[in-house]
Amino acid sequence: MTEKQPVISIRNVTKRFGNMVAVDDVSIDILEGEFFVLLGPSGCGKTTLLRMIAGFEMPSEGQILIGGQDMAGVSPNQRPVNMVFQSYAVFPHMSVADNVAYGLKIAGVAKPEIKTRVDEALELVSLGGLGLRMPDQLSGGQRQRVALARGLVMRPKVLLLDEPLSALDAKLRAQMQFELAELQDNVGITFVTVTHDQDEALSMACRIAVMNKGDVAQLAGPADLYEHPANRFVADFIGSVNIFEGRLTVDEPEQAVVDCPEVGRIYLNHGVTGAHETTVWVAIRPEKITMLPAGQAKAKDSPDGHNIAHGQIKGMSYLGDITIYDVKLDSGRSVRVSRPNLSRWDQEDFSWDDKVSLQWHPTSPIVLLS
Amino acid sequence: MQDWKQHKATFASIAASPVLWLIAFFVVPLAVVWLYSFGRNAGLTEIDISGTFSNYGRALEPLYLEIFGKSVAVAALTTLICLVVGFPIALAITFATPKWRPWMLLAIMLPFWTNLLIRTYALITVLRTEGYVNKSLGWMWESASGLKVMVGMAPLTTWEPLPLLYNNFAVVLGLVYVHLPFMVLPLYAALDRLDRSLIEASLDLGAGHFRTLTQIVAPLAAPGIISGVIITFVPALGAYLTPDLMGGPDSQMIANVIERQFKRANDWPFGAALSFLLMYATFILIALQTLRNRSAERRS
Repeated sequence: MTEKQPVISIRNVTKRFGNMVAVDDVSIDILEGEFFVLLGPSGCGKTTLLRMIAGFEMPSEGQILIGGQDMAGVSPNQRPVNMVFQSYAVFPHMSVADNVAYGLKIAGVAKPEIKTRVDEALELVSLGGLGLRMPDQLSGGQRQRVALARGLVMRPKVLLLDEPLSALDAKLRAQMQFELAELQDNVGITFVTVTHDQDEALSMACRIAVMNKGDVAQLAGPADLYEHPANRFVADFIGSVNIFEGRLTVDEPEQAVVDCPEVGRIYLNHGVTGAHETTVWVAIRPEKITMLPAGQAKAKDSPDGHNIAHGQIKGMSYLGDITIYDVKLDSGRSVRVSRPNLSRWDQEDFSWDDKVSLQWHPTSPIVLLS
Repeated sequence: MQDWKQHKATFASIAASPVLWLIAFFVVPLAVVWLYSFGRNAGLTEIDISGTFSNYGRALEPLYLEIFGKSVAVAALTTLICLVVGFPIALAITFATPKWRPWMLLAIMLPFWTNLLIRTYALITVLRTEGYVNKSLGWMWESASGLKVMVGMAPLTTWEPLPLLYNNFAVVLGLVYVHLPFMVLPLYAALDRLDRSLIEASLDLGAGHFRTLTQIVAPLAAPGIISGVIITFVPALGAYLTPDLMGGPDSQMIANVIERQFKRANDWPFGAALSFLLMYATFILIALQTLRNRSAERRS
């Protein structure tokens, strides 16, 4: 594979609105042809960053390069990027075809070529034959496809998408996640998407920048973010997690032990980067905890009483494919455990107030330093 | 919402007083005047309603048609100027920061709360021969003349004050001044409702600001433009005070003629006929607008 070039270089960009710092010294390289996602809670600065790439906001400090060119002072209509707006912003007084043709007409493309390119773009987003419809005759999903086609038809270096799926219902959203990823793969245009929905980000992205309070908390691929979060914010924001505070008591190259007052000693079969005797946090995902009836825990899996905790089921929520249990440990701490319903009677194994033991594998805990 | 219609007694008791008010003070007097328009003067105060159309016939004589035509032209010009001046103002208010917007709206509304007569006389003091505009222009003229003398050139001719008052120019200016808020407010309402991302999308697709204005903003603000035009044009067409106080001998509008029939000429039947012709014209305009709205609604 050839070395991929950054199509967008964000260098030390800061954006202030009055006293409020929306984006704080962010540097990101977005590579040619990748599906890049800016993920974060509302107010984390992800949309501001996207709008700075589009040219609707100017950085207070720092530089944005698109295709190697500094975009300072370049207005939105001069930038080689196009945007799909959260509200889609489909022009309501123009037909679908006129919407898609709008940018091409301005660019001075010849009429016959406009027609072929508009037809192609509509075909691409499965709206072939709907060119003469008016936007108010379309469903929300179709309007979004018009917005997509309108951007793609310009063959931009980068297509920016602001919360593209947030206005769709759950089923359509899941379908569009796949379609968007496939579409991006087909056209080969770099996509930069902003979302607050972690499922959306995980399912579509090549790489994700998780943002928090104007800062990039972690930049990594979906699996890395989930299995190797860099800090408590990312661990907590992506998926659900149990986080325990503890002290690093054994810190060797091949193993580590964290002493957590709430759950006991947690043993890891690999070294960690923390300093001996410092405060660290241990994150364990609910699906990586095994729940057994009290007393049935396998002693060999918990030598010296590591990686085991005892408690009582205080809450259950049955979600069909899995059931989520809220287990109250003897220390008073609540732990979230999920269990797949592999057979149709699995959810009947446990009930409220059952005494249970929780066990996990030494590879499951994640040690976090911040 | 469907409930109160079923409680007919409640509905009737609430609706009764406004309905009575409208009948007693609007429908009945208007009907009386309408009947007068088919009558003739039988004495100084008596009107004989004979069902004649002669008043309407007289109203359609070239003399009055010309004044009608002129009124329409003046009102149309006023409306056009209001639109051209008001659109940028409305845009400026829409895109002003939230801190400034209420103050700008207040500046537009303020004349509304001032008596029309006071406003008109204030404008007269500005425009008259000895008014501020002429005084300032005169001072500049004299200064320029003095400068020319200083560099050794011949002085300018003596300053002649501009005739800014008591002509058609003054009437149009006065009408624009009075009716500008009627134009700005509906335009502002329409522009404020406009989804900003539509403007951004247009810019994003490569359009400049002017193209965005003509192809996106103006078409989408069309309902506001049309209501602005109508609520500016209708009162401008029936304007009375402005042409009366600021106009010259040849700038009387139809309302001035109507006033003269009711007062000095004491010809109520003819005045009534002229009034109703004016009203019919207005009704047709409003009906056209309503029809247009209906068809627009049906399309969506």
